Amino acid sequence: MWLTLASFAGFLLFLVISAITVAFHLKLTLLAAFVVTVACLLLMVAYLTYAERKIIGYMQIRIGPNRVGPKGWLQPIADAVKLMFKEIIIPSGANRFLFILAPVLAMGPALAAWAVVPFDDGWVFADVNAGILYILALTSMGVYGIIIAGWASNSKYAFLGAMRSAAQIVSYEIAMGFALVGVLVAAGSLNLSDIVKAQSSGYGFLSWYWLPLFPLFAVYFISGLAETNRAPFDVAEGESEIVAGFHVEYSGMLFAVFFLAEYLNMILVSALTTIMFLGGWLSPFHGTFLDAYFAWVPGVLWMFLKVAFLLFFFLWFRATFPRYRYDQIMRLGWKVFVPITLVWLFVTAIFVLVHFPPWFAKGV
Amino acid sequence: MLDNYLPALLFICVGLLVGIGPVVVGFLLGAHRPDSEKNSPYECGFEAFEDARMKFDVRYYLIAILFIVFDLEIAFLFPWAVVFKELGWFGFGIMALFLTTLTAGFVYAWKKGALEWE
Repeated sequence: MWLTLASFAGFLLFLVISAITVAFHLKLTLLAAFVVTVACLLLMVAYLTYAERKIIGYMQIRIGPNRVGPKGWLQPIADAVKLMFKEIIIPSGANRFLFILAPVLAMGPALAAWAVVPFDDGWVFADVNAGILYILALTSMGVYGIIIAGWASNSKYAFLGAMRSAAQIVSYEIAMGFALVGVLVAAGSLNLSDIVKAQSSGYGFLSWYWLPLFPLFAVYFISGLAETNRAPFDVAEGESEIVAGFHVEYSGMLFAVFFLAEYLNMILVSALTTIMFLGGWLSPFHGTFLDAYFAWVPGVLWMFLKVAFLLFFFLWFRATFPRYRYDQIMRLGWKVFVPITLVWLFVTAIFVLVHFPPWFAKGV
Repeated sequence: MLDNYLPALLFICVGLLVGIGPVVVGFLLGAHRPDSEKNSPYECGFEAFEDARMKFDVRYYLIAILFIVFDLEIAFLFPWAVVFKELGWFGFGIMALFLTTLTAGFVYAWKKGALEWE
């Protein structure tokens, strides 16, 4: 018990010191932007849960949360406060240290991946050349939180849920990875800002990669659904089968952190899909005669609208589709998505080599 | 060059802190009244039959092994994709050879039934 606490405190101290040390080397304006970004992301997560309940409510002819604050606007705040005061139960058979570490490991990568995401032209914290590699590495880390949670709980449902979830996530990671390679071939860069810029061949929204790489776009987004364990691929936490799966033993703030991580991952997948296939911060009228009329709209707003559009699909799918069976999920991932992405990788490579206009024309 | 990675490091630290912060708050503010029933693992109202760390299906291992193979392939494709435009048709041919080999292995695993979940 004390050893656990001591190691946890030591880890915490290490993090705080390293964060301060790193922050010391950065400019003050960058730090302010950093704080604002993290705060905005967490606020987006809070209101994504509200949007989810509201939208699914209306799709099911209910009105959703409407009591706390005007039209229920304060509902996420109330939920957060409630969760803070809930007891954190650690099962007697659980491995305490891993049990507490698991949600932290789920949360860390979900937030850390945002370091390389460009919100607007030049508006990116770490403008690194290995952006996609960094994203691939960090999103792969998310599975550790889930599998550690399932193992540390020492509960059968948690264990089953974690096994299913881990197998599902790694399976869809393959399809996602091949889709990423397709985008890389098309854009010729690992830098996310360069990938967005490569999509500005002057025909507005038609010059984004969703059109020439449509199969990859579909595979990437659907794999994103599966990666974040969202409906219809939510067998890992199927309430009616294995009572929430890997986080069945989690309560209070430990559960809330898992929840935060899952929603943050949803936003991240939407943002990455936007950047790679929907032109990131580019206006849908970029390069057309309408461009002048929309020049006043900041790029970050376009980015936000596109992300919100994709997030709406996450919620819509949940309200519409029945849950897949587990064998169907694995079949879709391995036997449908992997072959599709392999074939389209070749097609993309040929597109690039023959300079297929307008997306891959010379000089774009 | 390395300076570019500092914000990424900061994001990783803060990401972990954002994970730890709420947990600490939850431990400080939440109630703490454990009893043996509450702390026992959940099993649909039954007493837990046995330890949860039981045997599990070998197919999970198989998926994990296949994942490692394919994820490595993707890692190999990354540098190729970045310089693809300079390599031209030569690079295309080489990678076609590589991917054909990979696909042969994939077809073998498929035919062997490694991807089946009945």
